[in-house]
Amino acid sequence: MEEEVMTEKRPIISAGGGPRLEGAARKTLPMPVRYAINAVVVLVLLVLGELMIDGGVVNRYQSTVLEQVGIYIILAVSLNIATGYLGQLPLGHAGFMSMGAYGCSIFIIRMSEALGVGARDFVTGTPLALALVLGGLVVGGICASIAGIIIGIPALRLKGDYLAIITLAFAEIIRVVMLNIDDVVGFDLTGGAAGLTGIPGYSSFLLVFGCVAVVCFLTHTMMKSRHGRAILAIRDNEIAAEATGVNTTYYKTLAFVVSAFFAGVAGGLYAGCVGVLQPAVFGFMKSIEILVMVVLGGMGSMLGSALSATVLTILPEALRAFSEYRMIAYAIVLILVMIFRPQGLLGSYDFSLSRIIERVMNRDFPWARRAEKGDEAAKEVGADA
Amino acid sequence: MFFTQVLNGLQLGSIYALVALGYTMVYGIILLLNFAHGDIIMVGAYVSWLVMAQLGLHPVLAIILSVAACTLMGVLIDKVAYAPLRNAPRLSILITAIGVSYFLENGAQLVFGADAKVVPAYTDIQTIQLGGLALSFPSVLTVLVTIVATVALTIVVQKTKLGKAMRAVSEDMGAARLMGINVNTTISFTFAVGSALAGIGAVLYAMAYTQANPTMGMMLGTKAFVAAVLGGIGSIPGAVVGGLLVGFAEVIVTALNLSVWKDAVVFLLLIIVLVVRPTGIFGRTMNEKV
Amino acid sequence: MFENVSRRNFLQVSAAGVALLGLAGCNGSNYSAGGSEGGSGSIKVGIMGPHTGDNSSYGLACLNGAQLYFKQLNEDGGVNGKQIEPVVYDEKGDATEAVNAYNRLVQEDGVTGIVGDVTTGPTIAVAQASVADNMPCVTPSATAADVVTYGSNYFRACVTDPEQGRVMANFASEQGYKNVATLYLSGSDYSEGVNAAFCEEAEALGITITSQQSYAEGDVDFKAQLTNIIATNPDAILVPNYYQDDGMIVNQARTQGYDKVFLGVDGWSGIYGGSENYAEAANLHDCYYCCAFSSSNESETATAFVEAYEAEYGEAPTNFCALGYDAAMVLANGLAAAEEAGLEPGSEDYKQAVIDGIASGTVEGVTGSISYEGTGDPIKSSLIITFAEDGTEETFEVLEA
Repeated sequence: MEEEVMTEKRPIISAGGGPRLEGAARKTLPMPVRYAINAVVVLVLLVLGELMIDGGVVNRYQSTVLEQVGIYIILAVSLNIATGYLGQLPLGHAGFMSMGAYGCSIFIIRMSEALGVGARDFVTGTPLALALVLGGLVVGGICASIAGIIIGIPALRLKGDYLAIITLAFAEIIRVVMLNIDDVVGFDLTGGAAGLTGIPGYSSFLLVFGCVAVVCFLTHTMMKSRHGRAILAIRDNEIAAEATGVNTTYYKTLAFVVSAFFAGVAGGLYAGCVGVLQPAVFGFMKSIEILVMVVLGGMGSMLGSALSATVLTILPEALRAFSEYRMIAYAIVLILVMIFRPQGLLGSYDFSLSRIIERVMNRDFPWARRAEKGDEAAKEVGADA
Repeated sequence: MFFTQVLNGLQLGSIYALVALGYTMVYGIILLLNFAHGDIIMVGAYVSWLVMAQLGLHPVLAIILSVAACTLMGVLIDKVAYAPLRNAPRLSILITAIGVSYFLENGAQLVFGADAKVVPAYTDIQTIQLGGLALSFPSVLTVLVTIVATVALTIVVQKTKLGKAMRAVSEDMGAARLMGINVNTTISFTFAVGSALAGIGAVLYAMAYTQANPTMGMMLGTKAFVAAVLGGIGSIPGAVVGGLLVGFAEVIVTALNLSVWKDAVVFLLLIIVLVVRPTGIFGRTMNEKV
Repeated sequence: MFENVSRRNFLQVSAAGVALLGLAGCNGSNYSAGGSEGGSGSIKVGIMGPHTGDNSSYGLACLNGAQLYFKQLNEDGGVNGKQIEPVVYDEKGDATEAVNAYNRLVQEDGVTGIVGDVTTGPTIAVAQASVADNMPCVTPSATAADVVTYGSNYFRACVTDPEQGRVMANFASEQGYKNVATLYLSGSDYSEGVNAAFCEEAEALGITITSQQSYAEGDVDFKAQLTNIIATNPDAILVPNYYQDDGMIVNQARTQGYDKVFLGVDGWSGIYGGSENYAEAANLHDCYYCCAFSSSNESETATAFVEAYEAEYGEAPTNFCALGYDAAMVLANGLAAAEEAGLEPGSEDYKQAVIDGIASGTVEGVTGSISYEGTGDPIKSSLIITFAEDGTEETFEVLEA
């Protein structure tokens, strides 16, 4: 049995919609308007959420869970780049996350000492503290993407299973290094097994979901661009892509590094949310947890990843009685989804607000179309009779 | 001290080799990384515990039942989880395998609890004397059984009709089917043999380390997989050489007083081998078709 | 044949599944609320810890101990005539889940104090989060030094890792061991913490550390490390870890012909005579460990606790059960002080009164007398435990605070 590629037909992200209406009758939105609409919607949602938290409608417990939902959305969306779009199976996403978490929090702790920013400033959000946090997140992302390059270049020469196992191995190495680096460098860097403590609680609803919006936007635009199409071409058939002039090594590394960068940002947000980092947290299990979200949601669907990240984070919180069976349920879901619907919950479907608006503009509603079909069917029946 | 460390390496390497053989066989025939393989060993160890500690039956019965349970488990996993995906993309089967592994670990934790169970001793013999040296009996037995199992496996694969069928299926599944080979039976047989080896591994493991816990298969399985890849996945001598390599690497690193870096060294070894020679030491290169 | 499940079908089926789960969850969720029908005359107290997952044996032991104490307290009339109403949350050994559980206890259940968390990482996360609320918390068993340093609201019922390391170093020095080797779990804050403190103190006392070996999580073969250690011919080996690994290490070392002393810390509790015998009785000669509680302790409070625990749960209590019991007792002592002052439960003054009550009070726990001197670290006695020939634990020495 030779290496098989994904056999089912996938549209290039969500470019397709329903069948297009013929001719010039179809009205479309110009690109700037589309972006403007989406930006406004995101802003409104962010402000609304922040107002609800400030007003006390959403309590701190709920807002912390929401922050975690956001962090997992970033993780799932970023893993989706490597799994869904590039078609590889990295099993070391938690390793990138830990690089980002450590990079970001060490940067913030050291810099806030040097600049004299107190822990309280992070809560109240002074401009300097905010700048530090944003800088920290970028540093975290860069740390993770450096790890992504180091692992990516040798790993991506390999295929499928070998790549999976080499990323797993690399994540384990990262964990061991995080544990023992202090003895090598001779001063306290990661805190070893005792963990890195005293990380200021800088993650907030606004910051996390701001990052979610930026990550989703960047992923979306990348996948709509020339680079994104090259990445999808590699997934669909690597040899054919290479034959048509796609620089496969470059694009595989690119996808890998972008995926790692976002995972690093998520790690930085995680550190600010929890306040303590221990290497043991970022084990194989964490990688699998993120993978389950992507697989369940639909490999290649950003909406699917985000949705399943949301559901899988909130569900165990909402159903504490279910928590005992949570792990085993994950396993069964994973197997069942693979057997019955290998493309995941949403397949490669992605949500597009502009598409809906365009449909409304064109009076092209599903029920209208269904009614039309019904009429046709009735006619056929009539003709038969 | 040198001799003791050599024996330590041999024993550790032998257990890795036994487990790696199972990985290699399954991969060789359906190109599946059976992540659940390590967890089959966990099942075997728990069966031994159940039979001896809970039911109080004879150790020989425990050995037989452990191996039988592992064999059955392997075939069952194939039929339930992998067989429906025979023609699915590789990624799907791999994820399913992770799911099965996850299922077994968490199922065991739910049923038996997170605490380790102590498997009673199979035999009273603890050490054997050899020319003035006291050798640990489980160590010696582990090495011997591994040698016997490898030789037996090689004979089965090379000389028997089923072995020939296995080789044919691994060469070209479609052509083998056209030649009248029952592909599904052959695959089941492969899983049975691989899992039976895991069962033997489970007994040897429980004899040497006396504990069974839900996650014991994870690290063991991962290391054994590393061994299989090092040796060249799909190759029987490769699995044995890889197992010994991993075992000795761990012992050498520890003997050098660098034990904190032990796992990192094993995984680094894997990365280096994969980068320099992606097919492993004994592996064959496979050409990819469009 | 299976590939034809459409997205719409799949969504419908999944939605039905989620709805079913939701229903099941609603039925089952009363478990966590723990009988929320308690009237206004009750005090809500949170208990959190890992009740599922890898660390569940420790979390469940603490939970059992704490619940037993609150049950006894309620039977005796509660605190100031009010019943204690425990609210139990499982955090699965995960720091994120621990913060969630903490926030939920404080924000949704409105507890006035918390017994928890159990293991170090999650406890530090909770400790950092709890400072802002000034929420009184007592951890039964988080031994890392950091835990109580974030605010004055966090207390512990156990002694720290470094303290245990020092106790064992002093013990080694008293027993006249000249050369000691150590074998610890790399990656565990507990094991590394004890090891570091032991080595520092032992060297200060003139003991030579011949070799420091480590192993990784999930390792079962310690023969290579032991071969190294035995080659340095030590008088004693320190093994600062939990009973499952300790048992394997002792067995393997004895098979390799090492017949001298093993030193351990409270993780050894449960190595023999608990749910399983992790080391063989014949191998447990010359093993000494320090801990807070052993069922072999013949003090009156300890015996009464063992009897009550066995009657309630049908098994002998471990060190963790006793610490859970004592942590609950420490918290109840603080609550009693606040209740006596007649303060409004949930107010800032009430919380501060609980904290002051804990800090200034002394409780006679089953693990000895516990008092605090300005920090969240208790001043308390330790036991040195050894094993009889049949493997049963014996109290070798009581070290007063």
